[in-house]
Amino acid sequence: MRRWLYFAGPMLVLTLLAAACGPAPTPEIQRVVETVVVEVEKEKEVEKVVEKEVEVVVTPTAAPSQFQGVEVNVVTFTGPQIAEPLQRRAPVFQALTGAQVNVITVPFSDLYQKILTDLATGTNAFDAFVFAPQWMVDYIQPGFLEVLTPRIEADEQIRWDDIAPFFRDFSATFQGEIYTIPLDGDVQIVYYRTDVLEENGLQPPETWDDYLNVAQTVHGQDMNGDGAADFGSCISKKRAAQAYWMVWSVAGAFLQTEGTGQGSFFTLDNLEPLTNNEAFAAALDVYTGTTPFGPPNEINLDVGDTRGLFTSGRCALSIDWGDIGTLAIDPEISVVQDKVGSITLPGSTRVLDRATGKLVDCDETTCPNAVGGVNHAPFAAFGGWSGAINAAADPVVKDAAYAFLSYMSAPAQSNVDVTIGKTGFNPYRTSQFLNRQLWVEAGMSPEAAANYLGGIEASLNSPNMALDLRIPQNQRYQQIVLDTAIAQLLAGEITRDEAMQQIADGWNELTDELGREAQLAAYRSSLGVTR
Amino acid sequence: MKEAVRPEGPARAEPGRGEARVWTHRLTSLAGRSDALAPIVFVWPALLVLLFLSIFPLIVSLYLSLSRLQFVKGGFEIKFVGLANFRKLLVGSQKTHFLGAFAGPSPFGWVIFGLVVLAVLVLLWRYLRREGISLAGLIGRVAGAALVLAGAWLAVRTLTGGGRPGTLVVTLFYVFAGLTIQYALGLGLAWLAAQRIPGRRFFRIVFLLPMMITPVGVAYTFRMLTDTMQGPFAPIWRALGLAAFSWVNDPWGARAAVLVSDIWQWTPFMFIVLLAALESQSREHVEAAMVDGANGWQVFWHITLPGVLPVSTTLILIRMIEAFKIVDLPNVLTNGGPGTATESLTLHAFTIWRALDVGGSAAVAYLLLLVVTVIAVAYVHFVRQRLSAAFG
Repeated sequence: MRRWLYFAGPMLVLTLLAAACGPAPTPEIQRVVETVVVEVEKEKEVEKVVEKEVEVVVTPTAAPSQFQGVEVNVVTFTGPQIAEPLQRRAPVFQALTGAQVNVITVPFSDLYQKILTDLATGTNAFDAFVFAPQWMVDYIQPGFLEVLTPRIEADEQIRWDDIAPFFRDFSATFQGEIYTIPLDGDVQIVYYRTDVLEENGLQPPETWDDYLNVAQTVHGQDMNGDGAADFGSCISKKRAAQAYWMVWSVAGAFLQTEGTGQGSFFTLDNLEPLTNNEAFAAALDVYTGTTPFGPPNEINLDVGDTRGLFTSGRCALSIDWGDIGTLAIDPEISVVQDKVGSITLPGSTRVLDRATGKLVDCDETTCPNAVGGVNHAPFAAFGGWSGAINAAADPVVKDAAYAFLSYMSAPAQSNVDVTIGKTGFNPYRTSQFLNRQLWVEAGMSPEAAANYLGGIEASLNSPNMALDLRIPQNQRYQQIVLDTAIAQLLAGEITRDEAMQQIADGWNELTDELGREAQLAAYRSSLGVTR
Repeated sequence: MKEAVRPEGPARAEPGRGEARVWTHRLTSLAGRSDALAPIVFVWPALLVLLFLSIFPLIVSLYLSLSRLQFVKGGFEIKFVGLANFRKLLVGSQKTHFLGAFAGPSPFGWVIFGLVVLAVLVLLWRYLRREGISLAGLIGRVAGAALVLAGAWLAVRTLTGGGRPGTLVVTLFYVFAGLTIQYALGLGLAWLAAQRIPGRRFFRIVFLLPMMITPVGVAYTFRMLTDTMQGPFAPIWRALGLAAFSWVNDPWGARAAVLVSDIWQWTPFMFIVLLAALESQSREHVEAAMVDGANGWQVFWHITLPGVLPVSTTLILIRMIEAFKIVDLPNVLTNGGPGTATESLTLHAFTIWRALDVGGSAAVAYLLLLVVTVIAVAYVHFVRQRLSAAFG
């Protein structure tokens, strides 16, 4: 009997181990029929409701003990947004797969170098990263990031085709290979207070001049009933934070006219910065012109601060990513539920003539993509937080890290997370734009959902969408040179013309340092947005 | 060596005792050699650790300041670029950031510069008229004078006439304005706490508390206090009709906030050392002076202050070196803003380092090291030694 036990015991253990390490169960995708509001016809005040088949993933891919004992260290920026959903879902993922996910956070301004120094020095304290996809070029070229293409191709749970093409191509793919998994969709839009504009008989701003006009008209009015004067425009302008994208949201419409491939940062022939001309001067005038209609300490406000001011009813206008839309429906923090409208970034009727550096009027030749004589260039700032995996991590840790990122991005999780303001995740999947029911369940009215998603969709579908900078060391171009000059301009330390010269000189110096030809090739490649 | 310990005389007659002598001699010789080796054996490990921890990083960072970090396949490489990083700071694109924007000095600036020139010339003249001047002393003084004049010229051209101070002048402002106020306040508080008043123990602890708080905590506290929209003083601010004004929009307002928080945190350091110095002073001199009819101010000026000056010189030296490295307060309180108005040299280096421009960052750090070293050496030579000699 005992001998039999000696034989059977190990066999039983081996059998259990084999079962645990075996192939993960295929995700069960059920096709269910849901009522989906896909269009709001504002003129007729009628909602067009259709029934549409929506696929819903109902089981996780990993077996409960597949990654038992495996620890995955994921680094991202100090939350609460972005870190919050990762931290909240990590225990659930552990219960499903056995893998323990530790979410490590660092300040945003330190994230880029923290990841790069960890990888370059071979410390490898982090197994996965959730970062700005525009930085990935600096991590990919030395070979630090795991190529995810084969995993994505073999993964049904992630529903890759459901991710909007822009995020698949710009945020995830570099030179034909997939390196990151999008968890967030980023494009900047303008938010406005529907009630305030209506009371003042104003239309949402179509151009940046309109923006200034609206801001000036309503500035000083009490917009939340607390008796205190509120602000016409709230824009995050804090240095060493996430504010340097805001200025480009204004500048894009003045600098880029001929479509996404034209780019808005440099000339395409010799990588000369487009920051020392009449058009950029006009954009800077608009940007600095918003300051008198903002909070007195606007130059010290981060995006979290401006979002708080907007949801507490203190601002009539703001530039932001998709976050204000979802934060505005949170009853715990918002007093502006169903009072928030969003539109694609305003445009300009005068644009840059690249041959002369002058500002010229829009016509069919100068602004081929203009709508009603207004050139819009919605800015896909940042690109959306995306997850990547350290190529030097242990194979099993890489598997677990991939499973976690895939789990976070899968519709079952992300379709919920993008509707919660505090996650910092904005819609990036086609199903999230189509399935308006998600948003209605989250607390938006059908009209508000249509307005919010419409603003983002219009930006993503624009043929003249301005892409963010994705050349090597783009962080030094933007977070150091651009950010410092704009901060000095806002503080009155330097004049507009000095700021333009400083940015142009700083960028040229960097380009020469890194190699003009190589940088030019990288820039042209990044604008192709092709796999 | 065997010849040196060969036994002689009676040892031949008494082999046993001779053997013992040989061993005694050998042991004595060994002990002597051990004594000779001891300093090397005991000192070298410490020296090696010191070399490894201090000198080696210093040399490596010097090399880094002359190079550029590049990321290549599988890691990184360090490319030697000569003085390019220093050139960028002193005459290139970073010049206005580091040194500031120059403008013609205002009439007031000219007056200040003229006074500094006059003071330097007087000091040099007095030295030349002294007996026993040395060539090294003369060279040192001329170099010191040149540096003082260069610093004064930089200050008047960036602080007056529409100029803008760079991170170097802002750091010098934090150091010298901060030190002066901290010393004056620390001495005043120490003098008060040294009096025989009720509750003096309580005051000593209270005055010491700010130093115990982490600088980041201090910075966040002052950030909250100076927030004119949501901070605790916001209602007062609004009542005064200043709701539309924010100190962070004004460069000197923001610098003043950094300075105030630095003073709040570091005055206790001055206070506690000066208190100890005051309490260790002999009461006899004071009592004698009072018997002679001296009033309180005279006692303080002629007896108490000279008594604490030797301690003060060391105290100021330590605090000065520390103050040059200020980074946490402007980083948390204002992010170096508005613009770059509150950025110190260390924060400047840190900002560049964040973008992994390690060479540029090391160049800023080396220039800071140069400034600190020159000022500290000049201070030790020209101020501390004289005061210690006069009052020590």
